[in-house]
Amino acid sequence: MTSSWLLTILVAIPVGGALAVSLIPDSSPRATRLTGIGASLAAFIVSLVLWFRFDAADAGMQFVQRIPWIPGADISYFVGIDGISLLLVVLTTFLIPIALLASWESVTRRLKGFVALMLLLEAGTLGVFVSLDLVLFYVFWEFMLVPMYFIIGIWGGAERVYAATKFFLYTMAGSLLMLVAIIWLGTYAGSMPGGVFTTDLLKLYQIAPAIPFQIQAWIFLAFTLSFAIKIPLFPLHTWLPDAHVQAPTAGSVILAGVLLKMGTYGLVRFCLPLFPSATFTFLPYIAGLAVVGIIYGALVSMVQPDLKKLVAYSSVSHLGFVVLGIFALNEEGMQGSVLQMINHGLSTGALFLLVGMIYDRRHTRMIGDFGGIARIMPVFATFFMIVMLSSAGLPGLNGFVGEFLILAGAFTSKLLGTPWYAIAAATGVIFAAVYLLWSYQRVFFGKVVHRENDTLKDLDSREWLVLIPIVVFIVWIGVYPSTFMDKTALASKQLIQRIEFARHGIAPPQARTMPEPLEKPYDMPAGLPGSGLQGQGGAEQGAKAQDPGQVRGSGERGIRVIPAAERKAVPAR
Amino acid sequence: MVDPLAMAHEVIGIAVALPLVGFLVNGLLGRWVRRESASGVLGSAAVGGAFLIALALFVELLGQPAGERVHVVQLYQWIGAGALRVNVAFQVDQLSVLMMLIVTGVGFLIHVYSMGYMHGDPGYRRFFAYLNLFIFAMLILVLADNFLLLFLGWEGVGLCSYLLIGFWYDRKFEKGTTADAAKKAFIMNRIGDFGFLTGMFLIFATFGSLDFQTVFARASGLGAGTPVIFWITLALFLGATGKSAQIPLFVWLPDAMAGPTPVSALIHAATMVTAGLYMVARCSVLFALAPMTLSIVAAVGAATALVAASIGLVQNDIKKVLAYSTVSQLGYMFLAMGVGAFGAGMFHVTMHAFFKALLFLGSGAVIHAMHDEQDIRKMGGLGPELPLTSKTFLLGTCAIAGIPPLSGFFSKDEILWKTFSGGHTLLWLAGLAGAAMTALYMFRLYTLTFSGAKRWEAGKHPHEAPRTMTAPLVVLAVLSAIGGFVWLPENILWGNAMERWLEPVFERARAVMPLPGDGGGTAEAVLMALSVAVAGTGIWLGRRWYLSRPDVPEALSRRFAWAYRLLLNKYYVDEAYDAAFVRPLVGGSEKLLWRGIDAGVIDWCIDNGARLIGWVSGALRMVQTGIARSYVLVFMIGVVVILGWMLAR
Repeated sequence: MTSSWLLTILVAIPVGGALAVSLIPDSSPRATRLTGIGASLAAFIVSLVLWFRFDAADAGMQFVQRIPWIPGADISYFVGIDGISLLLVVLTTFLIPIALLASWESVTRRLKGFVALMLLLEAGTLGVFVSLDLVLFYVFWEFMLVPMYFIIGIWGGAERVYAATKFFLYTMAGSLLMLVAIIWLGTYAGSMPGGVFTTDLLKLYQIAPAIPFQIQAWIFLAFTLSFAIKIPLFPLHTWLPDAHVQAPTAGSVILAGVLLKMGTYGLVRFCLPLFPSATFTFLPYIAGLAVVGIIYGALVSMVQPDLKKLVAYSSVSHLGFVVLGIFALNEEGMQGSVLQMINHGLSTGALFLLVGMIYDRRHTRMIGDFGGIARIMPVFATFFMIVMLSSAGLPGLNGFVGEFLILAGAFTSKLLGTPWYAIAAATGVIFAAVYLLWSYQRVFFGKVVHRENDTLKDLDSREWLVLIPIVVFIVWIGVYPSTFMDKTALASKQLIQRIEFARHGIAPPQARTMPEPLEKPYDMPAGLPGSGLQGQGGAEQGAKAQDPGQVRGSGERGIRVIPAAERKAVPAR
Repeated sequence: MVDPLAMAHEVIGIAVALPLVGFLVNGLLGRWVRRESASGVLGSAAVGGAFLIALALFVELLGQPAGERVHVVQLYQWIGAGALRVNVAFQVDQLSVLMMLIVTGVGFLIHVYSMGYMHGDPGYRRFFAYLNLFIFAMLILVLADNFLLLFLGWEGVGLCSYLLIGFWYDRKFEKGTTADAAKKAFIMNRIGDFGFLTGMFLIFATFGSLDFQTVFARASGLGAGTPVIFWITLALFLGATGKSAQIPLFVWLPDAMAGPTPVSALIHAATMVTAGLYMVARCSVLFALAPMTLSIVAAVGAATALVAASIGLVQNDIKKVLAYSTVSQLGYMFLAMGVGAFGAGMFHVTMHAFFKALLFLGSGAVIHAMHDEQDIRKMGGLGPELPLTSKTFLLGTCAIAGIPPLSGFFSKDEILWKTFSGGHTLLWLAGLAGAAMTALYMFRLYTLTFSGAKRWEAGKHPHEAPRTMTAPLVVLAVLSAIGGFVWLPENILWGNAMERWLEPVFERARAVMPLPGDGGGTAEAVLMALSVAVAGTGIWLGRRWYLSRPDVPEALSRRFAWAYRLLLNKYYVDEAYDAAFVRPLVGGSEKLLWRGIDAGVIDWCIDNGARLIGWVSGALRMVQTGIARSYVLVFMIGVVVILGWMLAR
């Protein structure tokens, strides 16, 4: 058994954990909790194995496994990861045990169900990040909704049913369109000479970019709508504050930390490489919405009286940065965005944990009910300060690295074509300081005005244990981000190059015929740069590729320049 | 002989690491340390050690030829993506070593002083942890070899400033709390940071790098007046106005006095607020290439110098007067930068660090003696009670007023001379007027505090501060007295040692913009006499009005009541900002964005969309009720309608 089973094992562990939990008698909550944490830790260890066995010098998909699934069509159980998915996988397995540990005391009702659902949620999320088949991806994508729906709906606050339903319907509405788009894509592949219905992502990477623009645009929009709701991109964000405020702490942590990233991950994994022409066309609008979201989210966050809602709206702002970086379509922006997905998972996850801790003590999250907490809970105040500064993008902590790369990418982006997106987005840096510092001041500084707060206990050792790992990574990424960015460097570079080639009208060879099953999946066709790290400009490579002598391989694997007449898929810019 | 580069490497790392270690030990382990003084000694020793290293580096650079005094020490790659490569690397050269000496030297003295000042405070360890963190960040700022690392230090000192202004976070301060002041400082700085960030993006987009060496070399290739350089420098200067409290972002610095007095001395007088000047001096070539920006810098500097000095004339809080004085003096430094006298600007930075730290620490000793009283109207006659404090304070006052041969005389006069000889007569006049006001408000402050009748309550027994607090006063007093001698005219003694030391740093800038007016001879002497006369007048008025003729300023304030109120209320700038930005933003965000768009429009659509679907479904449900009678009814109606239609046809 080689490493090809690793991802399957990874996804299976939480499922097994959920089963194990359901067999434990109700009378032993401790065993339930320990089993849950144990299973999630096991998954974390497997993800660490992935981390250390991952070859950062290989731009392709790794730990690939493919098992035919639905007969008659090319739909398979097909998993694999590159550097971008690796980071998100590790983030997921890292946050789940923390979230479970954090709810050690706060969740007592229907404990078994809670732990089992959390583990199923983990399995679903991991599945989304490792899937390389669109149908498989879709199954995981929808599957993950169910545990989240119940976690909000059962363990949530007073308005939980409204919030859970809103969350479910909002997401569902988008994803159904995505399903239609997936089926359309498969059928398109099947309609090609010698083609079969396929949802193999790596094959579609070669087929989809050549779809005529008029059709590509619709499929792109279907995918993007689904992802935009998940991210959430302004103005599709209104499910988020409700879901967060009502969700239990652990649910909020995973919702913000991981689930939102599925949207941005989807953009990176599907929208950009599958539909480059549509990407170029819609890019100014999406980047514009992202910038609006950055500022809008920050301003609305500023006036929230509820701490949790404040954090929720700040997510809208932060995820706006991620989307902006993605649509800068250059390496700086892409790398920054991927890193920022992790950063947001850490700092916003930690903020929800912290808000949960104070809520457990006071049973309120209203900023006005606090004041002077720094004197009573100094350790808590210190943790909150560090996490808040990370969220505000203070250099030396993680948030800054991502934000700076995103803004630098957006500023210099050729495709955005103007620095104004970045300049407008940079005002978000000011507003972030405003809403974070202002709320921090009202909660922690000043005199204690509510006597109930006098007796609050500072953090106990379990809560230290919950927060310390996150803070370690907050500082680590801020000071030495290379540990993480090295993993994503090649994948980002390759993605950007793929898009650059599409822009210059150079499409992969099999665009008009059915591709052969690939021995080494996601291998760049010979002649494309990306197998090497030497940064050669795309234009230069394009020129090389037009030289027939440079096209190596059997001609099928080489690069074909699409004649100008066929090039209408690429809009002139 | 050890390879100097290799030595610089290890040593510079240690110098930066020492305060960081101090911060970590005090911050993380301080809870378990019983003895308060251990934290203070550790914090001070960390900074003292860094100072010794800075001194060693200085001596080492002195031993090298002037052209070879730039060393870059690479540590590791910090951020790398696409074309963007940023290292953690330190640049040791004349300018950074000068700043290092100021930061660690004055910093050390203030640490020692704090051991006495903060004695018995429950937050003693936290205080030293923050102070050490500040020194660490400040060292990063001045040693960085690229813009991004400089920005790390830049934000780091801003954070420490925030933490230390709000150090006594539950105390009242003016209309709000200290936390309000801290937040205001951070946000004002963030507005400046927006400019700095934009400047960095422009630099990266233009030059493809953020390293000083690369950027400056490539910039030299561009012609003066290139638009992009104008925008770059303007954006950077916006950053400087935030950090160094210049118009339009100066209002946070007076409020920053909410912090403990050693903090005001270290961060808000001697070091952090000069970061903007350091940055301009570091980027001198960029600014020299943008004459338009330089004019703006000079104008803003002169305007700030005047505005702040005029406010300082009427303030009654001992620290507030010093705060406005700082803003005003920073204005002078920017004026120097704006006329291209980068060296003179840095000279004033250095001298100001001495005498303003001295004055703040002296005010701290007064506040300490008066049990937290800061209102100078309730002081007076403290000279005999606090002999050492009053003498050193007087020396500092004379230095800032520009009395020869004290340090402030040399540095301020140099700026005025460079402004005049550069042809900026109007700016020079503004500077001269500012100098008169400086002498006036400083001697008003000194007189009201230390001379005349005792106006404090009988119960108070002012006493001289402990040795840990007075010793730094004495050292700073000596430096304030003799510091100016590093900048003598060329033919006297060692001549202008400091300018010789600094000028190589501005070599690239000098290639496009020659140093204004060197060696003026008679003209310089005349101007010098004039500014001494002006300062003398200010001093004379200050003594006379506030010692023997208090009725004169009283009458003036009544005669020009509107002007007095304007100054007392600081030109209503805070109120204007509040009305123009704060309230519209907060109100708009709440009413328009949140309740309006979010709840009113988007959610209304979503909820009513869902309701509509529910209603339509409910209506459609009638079709399949499962009740046979209604099916038969519908069937019958259908038959009738169809038959009727067929018959009617």
